[in-house]
Amino acid sequence: MSSAREDILGRIREALRLPAPKPHLKAGSDKPGRAWLPEAGETQVDRLGVLAENLTKLRAQLVRVPDLAAAKAALTELARSKGWKRLAYHAHPDTAACTDGLPCEVWSVDQNFDKHHLESCDVGLTSCEAIVAQTGSILVSSATNGGRALSILPHVHVVIGRADQVVGDLTDAFALMRSRHGDRLPSMLSFITGPSRTGDIERILVLGAHGPKELVLILVG
Amino acid sequence: MSQPHDQFLADATNATADAPQRDFLRKALGGYYNSRDTQKARYRDWEHARDAAALAKWNAVNRLDRTLTTFAANFERNGGKVHWARDGAEARAIISQICREAGAKAVIKSKCMTTEEIHLNDALEAEGYGVVESDLGEFIQQLRKEPPFHFVFPCMHLKREAISDLFTKHLGTAATDSPEELTMIARRHLRQLYVDADVGISGANFLVAETGQVSITENEGNARLTCALPRVHIALAGIEKVIDKLDDLAVLLPMLATAGAGQPMTCYNTLYAGPRQPGEPDGPTEFHVVLLDNKRTALLADPEQRDALHCIRCGACLNVCPIFKNIGGFAYGTTYQGPIGSVLTPHLRGLKSWNHLSGASSLCGACTEACPVRIDLHHHLLHNRRNAALAHASWFDRIFHGAFGWVIARPRLFALGGRIFRQTLPLLRRLPLPYLTTWLRTRDLPEPPVRSFRDEWKGSKR
Amino acid sequence: MRVSLFIPCFVDQLTPRVGLATAQVLRDLGHDVEFREAQTCCGQPSYNSGHWDVARAGALRALDVFRGAEVVVGPSASCVAMMRKFYPELLAGHPRLAEAKDLAARTFEFGEFLVRKLGIEDVGAKLDAKVTYHDGCHGLRELGLREEPRRLLRAVRGLSLVESEEAETCCGFGGMFSVKFPMISTAMAQVKCDALVRSGADLVVSSDPSCLLQIGGYLTREGKAIRTLHLAEVLAAR
Repeated sequence: MSSAREDILGRIREALRLPAPKPHLKAGSDKPGRAWLPEAGETQVDRLGVLAENLTKLRAQLVRVPDLAAAKAALTELARSKGWKRLAYHAHPDTAACTDGLPCEVWSVDQNFDKHHLESCDVGLTSCEAIVAQTGSILVSSATNGGRALSILPHVHVVIGRADQVVGDLTDAFALMRSRHGDRLPSMLSFITGPSRTGDIERILVLGAHGPKELVLILVG
Repeated sequence: MSQPHDQFLADATNATADAPQRDFLRKALGGYYNSRDTQKARYRDWEHARDAAALAKWNAVNRLDRTLTTFAANFERNGGKVHWARDGAEARAIISQICREAGAKAVIKSKCMTTEEIHLNDALEAEGYGVVESDLGEFIQQLRKEPPFHFVFPCMHLKREAISDLFTKHLGTAATDSPEELTMIARRHLRQLYVDADVGISGANFLVAETGQVSITENEGNARLTCALPRVHIALAGIEKVIDKLDDLAVLLPMLATAGAGQPMTCYNTLYAGPRQPGEPDGPTEFHVVLLDNKRTALLADPEQRDALHCIRCGACLNVCPIFKNIGGFAYGTTYQGPIGSVLTPHLRGLKSWNHLSGASSLCGACTEACPVRIDLHHHLLHNRRNAALAHASWFDRIFHGAFGWVIARPRLFALGGRIFRQTLPLLRRLPLPYLTTWLRTRDLPEPPVRSFRDEWKGSKR
Repeated sequence: MRVSLFIPCFVDQLTPRVGLATAQVLRDLGHDVEFREAQTCCGQPSYNSGHWDVARAGALRALDVFRGAEVVVGPSASCVAMMRKFYPELLAGHPRLAEAKDLAARTFEFGEFLVRKLGIEDVGAKLDAKVTYHDGCHGLRELGLREEPRRLLRAVRGLSLVESEEAETCCGFGGMFSVKFPMISTAMAQVKCDALVRSGADLVVSSDPSCLLQIGGYLTREGKAIRTLHLAEVLAAR
C-alpha cells in the first residue's frame, strides 16, 4: 500500500508527461522581474527619499536622528508624550542603548519570555534586519529582533533602525538574509509594511486590526 | 440540470433582484480600481512584471514533482514535519491527529481558503475543539455562520449596521456605526484567544522550494499572531502553492498586493522556516505543513488548463468581474468564487454538476486582463464548455447546434430561414419559445426589416 | 483595394443598414466592395456553447468563402475576433491551419481597417449629436481597439464625444449567455445603460452590433430617450 506521498507524486509525474504551453508572454524580456517593479532609488540618498515617502503613505511614523543618543531622547519623548506604561524589548546594541531611564516600565523578552506579560505591554521595541526602500518595509527576524511576538502583539511597535540598513528592494533584503544567516535562516522573517490594517468593513481603511496600531521607525544616521 | 445549477439560477435571480445590494457591491469595489491603477502606474512596466510572475509559477508547476520534493526536504531540514493528504478527508484526519497528540483544546485560525474547501472547522468542532477565525472578515462570517463572500474580502457584502448588530448579539457590545470601533471590538475580543490557543492553523500563500519556507501574506497581523503564540503551528496548503526560488517572491509579493487590493505591498509578508530555533525566545515548538491534492493533480493532467494552478489567490478577477459584482459570492455555491472559481470548480467538484459556472459568463475577458500571473481565465471557461458539450450535451443542445450547423452550411436555406423568422416574428413573439421568450421578458428586439442585407445587395447589384 | 464584406448573420437578417453603411463608407473612400453570398455565420454561437465540431465546420466554410479575397472587413469586432483569434485555435493540428492563419492576417474590424490599414480618421461624415462610445469586449480585449473608434468619431462634423462611466464594462450580451442566464445579463444591461444615460449623451455608438442589440433592446424596453447607432452608420451619415 503506497503512501499518500507516493500516490500524489505518482499522479503528478503522470500528469506532467503532457507538456503545457508557456504563458502568452506579452513583452518578452530576459531581465529579471525586479527590473519592472517600482523605483527603489539609485543612490542611498534616493533610497532614503523613497523610503520616507512610502512610510508617510503607509501612516508609519519616521523619526530621523543623528545617533543612538538622539534615538534614546526621541524614544523618551515618545514615551512621555504618549503616556506609555510598559515597554517590552530585546537585548541588542541598538535597543539596549535606548531603554535606560525611560518614563515607563521596561521588560526584556530574552530571559523569561511570557506571552501573558507581553500582552499587557503597550509597546514592543525592536531592532531590525533591514529596511526596504521600494516598499517601505521593515524586515524583522525571530533570531535577531526579539522573537516572533514582540513586534506584533503590543499595541505600538517601535523600531530602532540605521540608515545603513536601508536597501533598495526585496531581492536585496533576501540576499542580505542569506549572507548573514547562511543555511540557518531564522524561523521567522517578516516584512512589516506599515501599521496593522484592515478594509474588511465596507472597504474602509482602519488601522490596528490585530497587530500594532502604530509603527514608529527611529532611523539613526 | 444538476441541483447546483438549479440552485445557482435561483440564487442569481434573488441576488440580481436586489438592486441596492448590487449598487453597494459596485461602489465597494470602485475604490479598488483607483488604488490599483495608481499603484500599477508606479511599476516600471506592469506587463513585463506579469510576464515574470507568470513564468515563475509556470516553472514551479511544470516541474511540480521536483519543486514539491525539494520544498519538503528543505522544510524538514529546518525542523518541521511534512504531511501529504490525497483528499479533504485525509487532511482533516491529519490535522485532527496533530491536535489530539498536542493535547489541544483551543484552536485559532488565520485566513485559509483551503480549510474552507475541506470544511475543516466543522470537523474540528465536531471533535470538541474550540475553533476561532482570527481574520476580521472571517471572524464576522463565522459568527454569522456564513462562508466567506469573497475569498480576499470575506464580509464585503455587509453594511456596518449588520456587523454592529452581530457583535451586540454574540459579544454583548454596544451598538456603534464606526468601522474603527467595530474593529477594536474584534481586536480586544481576539487578543486573549491568541494568547490562550494551543494550536494555530494557517494557510500558505507560497511554499518556497529553495529554502523550505512557508510564505504568508496578510494585512491585519492575525496570521503573525496565530503563528507566534500557540505551541503548535499547522499550515495547510494546496500542492500548487510551491515556487522555486526565494527571489520569485520579490515580484510575486508586490503583485499579489497590487492586483488583489491596489496596495504597494500587503502589511505583513512573513516567511516561516521551521519551528522555534535554539536561541529564539518564543515561537511554536512544532511546525507542520499539510500538502493537499484534492483533485489538483486532475487539473495538472489537463495541459490546456494547467495554468489555472498558477493562481495566487489575489482576487483581482473577482474584483473586475461583472458577473461577481451582480450576483455576489454566495450564488456560486462553492468555496472559490468569481472567474477562477468558475474555472476550477468543474475540475475540483465535477464537470457535470458544476459546469453551469463556466456558462454563467459573457466572456468579457476582464478577468484575464486583470490576472497578475496571466492565467487564460475566460478561455478556460470556453474550454470547460467544450469539455461539457463533448461529455454531457443535452439532447436539446445537440439538436439545436446540429440544426444550426446544418443551416449555416446552406446559404439559400439560411436566407430562407431568416426571411421566415423576420416575417413571423410578430407571431413568434407571442408564443412560449425557448430563448426568444426569455429575451423578450426584459428586452425588445429591433423591428425586423422587410429586406435582409443580402436582399438589399442583390437588389442594387454592384 | 477590393474589400470583401464579412456581414454578421444577425446584421444580415436584423440590422442590414449596418452592413449597407459599411459598404457605403468604403465605396466613398474609393474602394471596390464585394459581398460573397455564400457566407452565412462565423460559427461563434456554437463555439461559445462548446459545440466546437459545428464551429469548426463553420470555420472551414469561411476559409472556402473568403479564399482569395484581398482583404476581409466586418462591422463586428466579435465576429472578426472569432475569425482572427479563434479559427486558428479551432483548427490547431488541422491540415488547413495555415489557411486559417492567412485569412486571419487579412481580416479586419471596420474601424480598425480605416484607422490602422488605411490610415484614415476623417471619412467626411457629419452628424449633430452628443455621442458616448461603448467598448465591446471583443474589440477591446481580443483586438486591442480603444483609441481607433474614438478617433473616427471625433472627426465627425457636429459630433461631440463624451465618455461614460463603465465604458469598458461588459453590456451583458455574451451570445447565448443573454438567454441562458437572463437575470445576470439583464442586470449587466441595467448597469451599463444607467451609466450611458448618466453620460448625458443622445446617442450610444458601438462597433459591435451584438452589444447594440442588448443595449438598444434594454433601453427601448425601459423607455429611455437615448438611441443607439453602429459606428458604420455614424460614419455613413452626411
